[in-house]
Amino acid sequence: MATATRPPLPPLRPPSDAGGRPPRKRRRNESIGTWRWTDRIGYAAMWGAGLLLVAIGIGIVGYMAFRGVQYLRPSLLFSHPQPDLDQSKSGGFLDPLLGTVILTVIGITIATPLAVAAATWIVEYGRPTWLARIVDSGIEIIAGTPDIVIALFGLVLFQQSFFGWMSFRAEDGAVFGRSFLTAGAMMALLALPMVFAATREGLQSIPQHVREASYALGKTRAATIRRVLLPSVRANISTGAALGMGRIAGDTAIVVVLLGATLQLDPQGAVPGLRTLTGTGGTLTSYVYNNSPAGEGNAPQKAYAAAFVLLLIVIALNFAVDFIARRGARTGLETSRLGAR
Amino acid sequence: MITNDQELIVDPDPPRPAQTPPPPIRRIRVDREPTVAPPPPPAAGAAAPANGAAPTSVAARPARGPGGPERMSIDGLSVFYGDNEAVKQVSLPVRQGEVLALIGPSGCGKTTLLRTLNRLTELTASARRAGAVRLDGTDIDDIEVTTLRRRVSMVFQQPNPFPMSIFDNVAYALREQGTKRPSKKVLEPYVVDALQRAGLYDEVSRDLSHPALRLSGGQQQRLCIARALAAGPEVLLMDEPCSALDPKSTAVIEDLILELRESLAIVIVTHNLQQAHRVGDQVAFMYLGDLVEYGTAEQVFGAPRAERTRDYIRGSFG
Repeated sequence: MATATRPPLPPLRPPSDAGGRPPRKRRRNESIGTWRWTDRIGYAAMWGAGLLLVAIGIGIVGYMAFRGVQYLRPSLLFSHPQPDLDQSKSGGFLDPLLGTVILTVIGITIATPLAVAAATWIVEYGRPTWLARIVDSGIEIIAGTPDIVIALFGLVLFQQSFFGWMSFRAEDGAVFGRSFLTAGAMMALLALPMVFAATREGLQSIPQHVREASYALGKTRAATIRRVLLPSVRANISTGAALGMGRIAGDTAIVVVLLGATLQLDPQGAVPGLRTLTGTGGTLTSYVYNNSPAGEGNAPQKAYAAAFVLLLIVIALNFAVDFIARRGARTGLETSRLGAR
Repeated sequence: MITNDQELIVDPDPPRPAQTPPPPIRRIRVDREPTVAPPPPPAAGAAAPANGAAPTSVAARPARGPGGPERMSIDGLSVFYGDNEAVKQVSLPVRQGEVLALIGPSGCGKTTLLRTLNRLTELTASARRAGAVRLDGTDIDDIEVTTLRRRVSMVFQQPNPFPMSIFDNVAYALREQGTKRPSKKVLEPYVVDALQRAGLYDEVSRDLSHPALRLSGGQQQRLCIARALAAGPEVLLMDEPCSALDPKSTAVIEDLILELRESLAIVIVTHNLQQAHRVGDQVAFMYLGDLVEYGTAEQVFGAPRAERTRDYIRGSFG
């Protein structure tokens, strides 16, 4: 010991593993058998919940696919529905399909700019703080409002004579308040919170130094937002918009209350291109409802076929969301790669 | 068996070896002295291929006399965040044609000082400033802030290219806001020039339209330098530009700094003392907001006047 020049270092790990075996070699998956029984129940419940939801999802899609394929004919997609008790003469659902498309386009066209503007203001300006908080809560309230309440509110609102141009007037001058425009405007409220949340999340994930890099090049705040920040969150906006479109396409209450849920498109007004928009109509959702045994049509076969088409549209939108997100990751457009800080 | 504790007490040796290995900065000096003796002319240093240089090589660095005319002067500058005084009464010159390296431990105010020079501190709501900063004799408060930031541009710690193509990243600095956007054809020579000055053009000349975020970290940082150069700055601020990069990329960027020094005034904040020694002509050591020492790199690292500087460059704290 006299020749020792430096003391031996203490062992790095506590000498608990007898035999000096490095603990890494003993790596074995932990066994559930060592868990407490409450943890085991929880574990089983988590597995069960996951499997149950998958089963429900597959069940819905599978059953609708089975029924849909059974009743869906290409001609149904291209023929107008007819009010006829004889199912062979009652036509297809071209009009509801068009109605769904028109309504979705109107809704998302109104919602996206509003939501992006609001999200940009909240994240990039957000002052005074109390106002930002109010705006935030306002959008949360809209997100939480049941669609039937939004529909009723819309009906009251758009029956004011000020909004007469959006629908049409009865002979005594009363505003009808029901049209694609009014329904689309209210549908925008359904999609708005989704676009808002997605955009805000994207903007918040852009690190501060990216903004500063733009300012340090002598750019104004406006130029930074327009040229750097909004292009960065394009994928987020698209994702939010696709989710919002799914929400619009799947809504029924607003269609029934504000669009009339008619069988065919029913153009109103004098302006040629605008006649459809100021007129009433129906969508796939209202068509399904009306043809289901709960509605008056009592043509479940057509309801199944239309429901299947609607399901396909929504699933396609979901895949679009997924695709947009993945493409963003591949091209490095998603914001998280802009830097860790 | 003797326990470790006892041996530590009995044996007086262990504390000593901690002092005997020379602090890293001395080793650099040993490397450096023979290379400085025959100073290569600046042109030769600039012409030397940058990519092959090892990170610790200082051979490319030409010896410098006093710098050119004073571009910026910092005069009694204090910066407060709320009640906290982050920079205290600092006065410094920033001269054309030389690199000013700001060193000091974390939180000593060097980055704040840097960000004050192009008024980026104003983005922090609680920041206040006292004292004067002048650019070519004009107080920076009297220069329109977007103009100031084009004349005093900045490169950040994290490489932060914008999520657009390489071309657009550089062109972004060239395009005037608000007015009509100049066409790609008009901008191209300027973009190419900026990329060449940043030493990136040869690597990306074929794929200017590729997304900038696919470049490597070192290339991204040089793209950020190209972007800053495209704004046509007179002063380039660099906030730890190499701290997120590997040694090879660091060496490339350090060589680049030495080349750019000819046409610009450069202020660089760095945690890396060797880097400050390699690229800095003048070195300012800050501690807790005070400017402790300012002098040539040789003087500050070779014969520091202040006790604090000596301790810091020997690695006693920081």
